[in-house]
Amino acid sequence: MKKIEAIIRHFKLEEVKNALTEHGVTGMTITEVRGFGRQKGHTEMYRGTEYEVDFVPKIKIEVVVPDTKLQLALDTIIRSAQTGQVGDGKIFVTDLTEAIRIRTGESGETAI
Amino acid sequence: MKIGTTLRNGIVAGMLAGVMAVLAPATALQAAENEGSAAASTTAATPTLNTGDNAWMLTSSALVLMMTAPGLALFYSGLVRKKNVLGVMMQCVFLMCLMTVVWALWGYTLSFGGDTFDPPPKWLGNHSHLWMNGVQAAWENGKAVIPVHPALTINRLTHMLFQGMFFIITPALICGAFAERMKFSTMVVFSVLWGTLVYCPLCHAVWGGGILQYGSTNAGICGGGALDFAGGTVVHISSGVSALVCALVLGKRLGYGSEPMPPHNLTYTAVGAAMLWVGWFGFNAGSALNAGGLAASAFCATHFAAAAGGLTWAAMEWITRGKPSILGTCSGVVAGLVCITPAAGFVTAMPALLMGVAVGVVCFLACTTLKARFRYDDSLDAFGVHGVGGTLGALLTGVFATRATGAFSDGKLLGLLEGGKVLTAQFIAVAVTWALAIVATFAILKVLDAVMGLRVSQSAEIEGLDLSQHGEEGYIFI
Repeated sequence: MKKIEAIIRHFKLEEVKNALTEHGVTGMTITEVRGFGRQKGHTEMYRGTEYEVDFVPKIKIEVVVPDTKLQLALDTIIRSAQTGQVGDGKIFVTDLTEAIRIRTGESGETAI
Repeated sequence: MKIGTTLRNGIVAGMLAGVMAVLAPATALQAAENEGSAAASTTAATPTLNTGDNAWMLTSSALVLMMTAPGLALFYSGLVRKKNVLGVMMQCVFLMCLMTVVWALWGYTLSFGGDTFDPPPKWLGNHSHLWMNGVQAAWENGKAVIPVHPALTINRLTHMLFQGMFFIITPALICGAFAERMKFSTMVVFSVLWGTLVYCPLCHAVWGGGILQYGSTNAGICGGGALDFAGGTVVHISSGVSALVCALVLGKRLGYGSEPMPPHNLTYTAVGAAMLWVGWFGFNAGSALNAGGLAASAFCATHFAAAAGGLTWAAMEWITRGKPSILGTCSGVVAGLVCITPAAGFVTAMPALLMGVAVGVVCFLACTTLKARFRYDDSLDAFGVHGVGGTLGALLTGVFATRATGAFSDGKLLGLLEGGKVLTAQFIAVAVTWALAIVATFAILKVLDAVMGLRVSQSAEIEGLDLSQHGEEGYIFI
């Protein structure tokens, strides 16, 4: 099992969600996050005082998939979240040791 | 004719009671067209109540109360960080309660006690209205009496309530300077002392027949007295200058200049500014103290100055920084309203537009360049908008004031532009107000600092005033 964490743009969420569900992903968790990469932040000005806002708002999607579906899920996210401009986001993949469905106690890939 | 007018005004009064406060000014202006009553300051032989005037003044009182909360409470609380949002709202709401009680007990009589005597007391109101004596309803000579103001066409109660709303918002304006760091208990004591020692003497001097009131028998030592229609000196210069003293004595917020302190919710600020704009019609047009043509004139001047102020500030931003902002536009609107306050009933519509433009430029520079140069932490620009805008307004009143609005029936020349000489007295009134505000506020703060401390502890300031002062949080989303 693998956990995919994808940092994407707000307005791409709907597209990414639909694309993933079409390809058999049955669940996901999203969080509103702030951070920066190459895009950096922007300046804001309030009554003449300037603020550098380094952390820009993004959406983080967490999806858990069986190893066999990993590449398909990654391709799907890349395709649906891409605009080609700096600031499209990042994807991180980690090994996952366990997943448990609380209702039944099932574990492993059947619990995803 | 007289009976007919009274009847019509009575009908308007009934309508006013039913409609929303926001819509009421337009209705009251219809009463103004009926020429309900003329000048504000003429003394009638026997005081008679005009129900149209009374209705407009009660509506105005409610409008001015709305300026403090939700108006100012939203305007200010949107500008602080979210850990202090309740701290600011609490200051506004608490002051509505606190200052009302102080006004009822001794504030009104210190300001207006003996104001219709000949001559009125020189320095401070006398005890004639202590504890609402001669103001509240009484049973006299076998019948119920709701006293009518001897010099006006409204109840004493209405006059007391209307003026009381000013007494609430003035210390609330100062909160903008010490926001995010002042101890709540000290703020409470400060407001009582400030209201008693700064506001009441000034209010008496300017409106209660004291040394600064235009045409008052006491005003000889101040160049015959200054024009202040709705509180340029009493409300805005006094609070704005005191705010600067507070900002300097309390010192900067922790991390000021190194940590970012952007406004946490400008949507509040925009809504609050819009409410201030509406409430200000009560503040300024209500200061005609009747529903006649003078109220209409003041209403128009107020509206025009606000619009021109907002446009100008936005234009300044557009030119110097490339983008017009909502905060800038709202600040310009408030600056325009501040500036026109002393002039509202004395200037015509076109000079009001000019005053809005002038204050838009001046206050923009005060809140950006001046503040940056001297690096004082006037958190929400109470001085930059109210102190600077109020001073400019009081002086420009001496330039643009005209007898044409009929505020005084004697037809004397007023402003510089029509050849009048009131500008000198405007300078004197501004100087007296600045001096009193600086000296008294500094003294009060120093005493309170020694007795109870001005600022919250460092850890409380970092935690935020909401939790440390009130044990609550503004935003709990579960």
